[in-house]
Amino acid sequence: MATYATTDHHEDHDHKPSGFFERWFMSTNHKDIGTLYLVFSLIMFFIGGAMALVIRAELFQPGLQLVEPDFFNSMTTVHALVMIFGAVMPAFVGLANWMIPMMVGAPDMALPRMNNWSFWIMPFAFALLLSTLFMEGGAPAGGWTLYPPLSIQGGNNVAFVIFAVHMMGISSIMGAINIIATILNMRAPGMDLLKMPVFVWTWLITAFLLIAVMPVLAGAVTMLLTDKFFGTSFFSAAGGGDPVMFQHIFWFFGHPEVYIMILPAFGIVSEIIPTFSRKPLFGYQAMVYATASIAFLSFIVWAHHMFTVGMPLGGQLFFMYATMLIAVPTGVKVFNWVATMWRGSMTFETPMLFAVGFVILFTIGGFSGLMLAIVPADFQYHDTYFVVAHFHYVLVTGAIFSIMAAVYYWLPKWTGRMYNETLGKWHFWLSTITVNILFFPQHFLGLAGMPRRIPDYNPAFADFNVISSVGGFAFGITQLLFAWIVIDCCLRKRGAKATSGVWESAKGLEWTLASPAPYHSFTTPPKIDDRMLAHGDVSH
Amino acid sequence: MNASGRHRVLLKRMLLTCAASFVFCFSLIPIYTIYCEITGINGKTGTLSPVAAGATTIDYSRTVKVEFDAAVKSGLDWEFRPKVASVDVHPGDVIEVMFEAINREPELIVGQAVPSVAPNRASLYFSKTECFCFTEQPLEAGESKDMPVRFVIDPAIPANVSTVTLSYVFYRNEHATQRLAQSAAAIDNRVL
Amino acid sequence: MMQKEDMGMRKAKGGLGVALMALSVSAWAVPERWQLNMTPGVTATSQDVFQLHMLILWICVAIGIVVFGAMFYAMIKFRKSKGAVPATWSHNTTAEIIWTVIPVLILLGMAWPATQTLVRMADTGDADMTVKITGYQWKWRYEYLGEDVKFMSSLSRAADEARQLGSGIDPNSVENYLLDVDRPLVVPTNTKIRFVITADDVIHAWWVPALGWKQDAIPGFINEAWTEIEEPGTYRGQCAELCGKDHGFMPIVVVAKPRAEFDAWLAEQKAANAPATDAVVQAPAPTKS
Repeated sequence: MATYATTDHHEDHDHKPSGFFERWFMSTNHKDIGTLYLVFSLIMFFIGGAMALVIRAELFQPGLQLVEPDFFNSMTTVHALVMIFGAVMPAFVGLANWMIPMMVGAPDMALPRMNNWSFWIMPFAFALLLSTLFMEGGAPAGGWTLYPPLSIQGGNNVAFVIFAVHMMGISSIMGAINIIATILNMRAPGMDLLKMPVFVWTWLITAFLLIAVMPVLAGAVTMLLTDKFFGTSFFSAAGGGDPVMFQHIFWFFGHPEVYIMILPAFGIVSEIIPTFSRKPLFGYQAMVYATASIAFLSFIVWAHHMFTVGMPLGGQLFFMYATMLIAVPTGVKVFNWVATMWRGSMTFETPMLFAVGFVILFTIGGFSGLMLAIVPADFQYHDTYFVVAHFHYVLVTGAIFSIMAAVYYWLPKWTGRMYNETLGKWHFWLSTITVNILFFPQHFLGLAGMPRRIPDYNPAFADFNVISSVGGFAFGITQLLFAWIVIDCCLRKRGAKATSGVWESAKGLEWTLASPAPYHSFTTPPKIDDRMLAHGDVSH
Repeated sequence: MNASGRHRVLLKRMLLTCAASFVFCFSLIPIYTIYCEITGINGKTGTLSPVAAGATTIDYSRTVKVEFDAAVKSGLDWEFRPKVASVDVHPGDVIEVMFEAINREPELIVGQAVPSVAPNRASLYFSKTECFCFTEQPLEAGESKDMPVRFVIDPAIPANVSTVTLSYVFYRNEHATQRLAQSAAAIDNRVL
Repeated sequence: MMQKEDMGMRKAKGGLGVALMALSVSAWAVPERWQLNMTPGVTATSQDVFQLHMLILWICVAIGIVVFGAMFYAMIKFRKSKGAVPATWSHNTTAEIIWTVIPVLILLGMAWPATQTLVRMADTGDADMTVKITGYQWKWRYEYLGEDVKFMSSLSRAADEARQLGSGIDPNSVENYLLDVDRPLVVPTNTKIRFVITADDVIHAWWVPALGWKQDAIPGFINEAWTEIEEPGTYRGQCAELCGKDHGFMPIVVVAKPRAEFDAWLAEQKAANAPATDAVVQAPAPTKS
């Protein structure tokens, strides 16, 4: 690892491109592109959140008060697509862009021009997707899973959604290739694979998952496209096809996709907990192997999303056992986080609060996941609000809490200023309380028999829906506080100046750089000192 | 090798992986079809030559009830029904039953039937030697047609399967209907 | 409850067993306000499923208490503000082996009863009758195979009027709002009933919580399921797979009657003559705008 010929035209000058257009639209800098990703993700988070509020408003009481059922279905569908592909995934890619070069001791990402491309495809993809909201016939309303034959009953919005998914896929694949190239080719001398921070490890594995499964999604939606517009019948029984086939292909993508949205979260939490416990990460190697086994298992559990399609007994048993097995490596991770905290010396700044909140609430989501794995019980849970509660626990209090933890954790490094800690704590406590008011009652609704994706319900379900809606609006409004804290820190720069270490016991290469981090991270490769790594010296 | 060279090699490998993954997705269709044929998991039945069917020994100690179900996709005004509701068969015995279809539409329609068997674990042992499914069935307005199905149940069928349902759904075959209508129009033009 | 039963009975025109049915009304026929948990249901299967659900739930609660207990203990005890000095260790092979092996054992303990229940649920053999269920956008069709009795079952008119956007009708004033149909599925109790389930247009899913399962209805394919209801009563459910705009408005009502009453009902249906019901079936699916 000798030369670094990556930073095309600004070899060792620290000056940024002068014009606004040149800096933001033509950027090849990993930090600027990371910022673009994160800003884009925040905007999408609010757009998707607004749709969630339409859903919660309609469900506030029985009867239809606000929207027609078709529009309601569009809201659930587009909310999911925007949150998954627009908010969670770009946020993780943004964090990867910012942090991975700094964590492995590289000056920039390996393929900076491709990096620019992979971001700038996203706004166009989402413009296509969101434009369907204003089209005649409305936005797609067949659920984000796009199950045929329902999904292709739509009008031209089908083509828009499919092209949008293609573009998102291309963007993700390019981002993933870039991350793999950076991690494999650009590490500083001495930064062995088994010395990399856990966040880098989880992203390496995530990137491989992306490359393996995004083309599968692209293929699946392409088949939908030809079924709809070119007379093929991959998924139409009348022409000898099988609609269940789509579900198999979709979930072959879809389950790894679930881990794409949670493995980087594991990485983030594994960085934050040691810092605020002032103790090395417990079981570093076990963490890496657990991540790898979760990734492997994600390829052989897809059919647990479709236990009710009429699979043979043998298939149901296989997918049940494989799914239950995932609890083992996931359990190892949770135990290791607790063991990291054990006999530490803890403080609870906002990033730590979110990380602890993540561990507890994600574990609750994991428990309901385990319950859903049990096939006979799943025959009752499937497609009810119990499932809705489950995946919002793992995605909102899991993925999104980890993203917020990461933002608070690294914001001082990015901006050189501390965020407002008091407001940060308010944000955490309000979010945690409201998110539980929002999602916990949904478990009860599902168990009592309320199906998901319905705009109206029997009055027996009204009480918990009221509570959930109140929680939903409160959680939504709380996130405006988050936006304010970030804007306040980035633009108003009122906070205290951040030191290069920022946190008392933060370890890892990124904390050896000044705050704010220089425009080009490590122009000369840093020396790796094992004691300076977050997981301590792993050689013994 | 310098950094950009290494990046290029890696980029190439990753793009190849993506391409392979995309191709893999499409190959899942034939793989799934073959898998279903082997395991019978989607309820599609096998076909058997009449000779092979006649060669199986009949298990008189057992009877399996075979129910027949016929449906027409909504929007197609056909009547379609089995002539018997069910038969009790000994595994190994070759059975023939009749289905009747009547076209109530005011014009020539080409229909096509899609079969399915429940329970799906029985479909492996349910073989048809003659079937009208998947072949185009043109019916003039008001025309009715009797269509035979001949089948045999493999004596190896699991002991806990006591009832098997054979179901057909008739769909309109748009392409074939249009093709026939066009050729009929062409003939009319020539006559005139 | 008495009134709810009457609704089902009026449609069924059985008459005879009103008193009997009112006596044996199940507490789990309809969702209750503030209901927190799954219903144990009215079949052996649904009770197995319920017990399995409770078993896993309590195991999860127990694990949660241990893990979160340890976590909160650590967070309270090992705080910097309390002068805690951080240890420096970062692994412990014994502990790591223990917390890999114990979860495996717990999982085996869950997998065993789950497998047994699943095998029982998959056994559709030795059924006394077969009912074909077909999902349409947005109603259900029931056909008693071999009996020449078939009919459509759609959302009750009162609920359908109330559920329109801006109808001005309070859903609370409609009995069994969105859980009532014009013609319920009538089945005998203590009889193994086999269902073959399919769909006409898109994928639907047939779900009555009190029976303990749901099964997808897939166009072009038939799926199987079975039930054996122990208690006479009216059991309500809904379509559980997104199937378009009126997905939320295609409920399912099952009325279980003692065998003799069911036979009388069936004879009555047959006497009412097939052509009339045929007309209902053959009519193209009316769509509501």
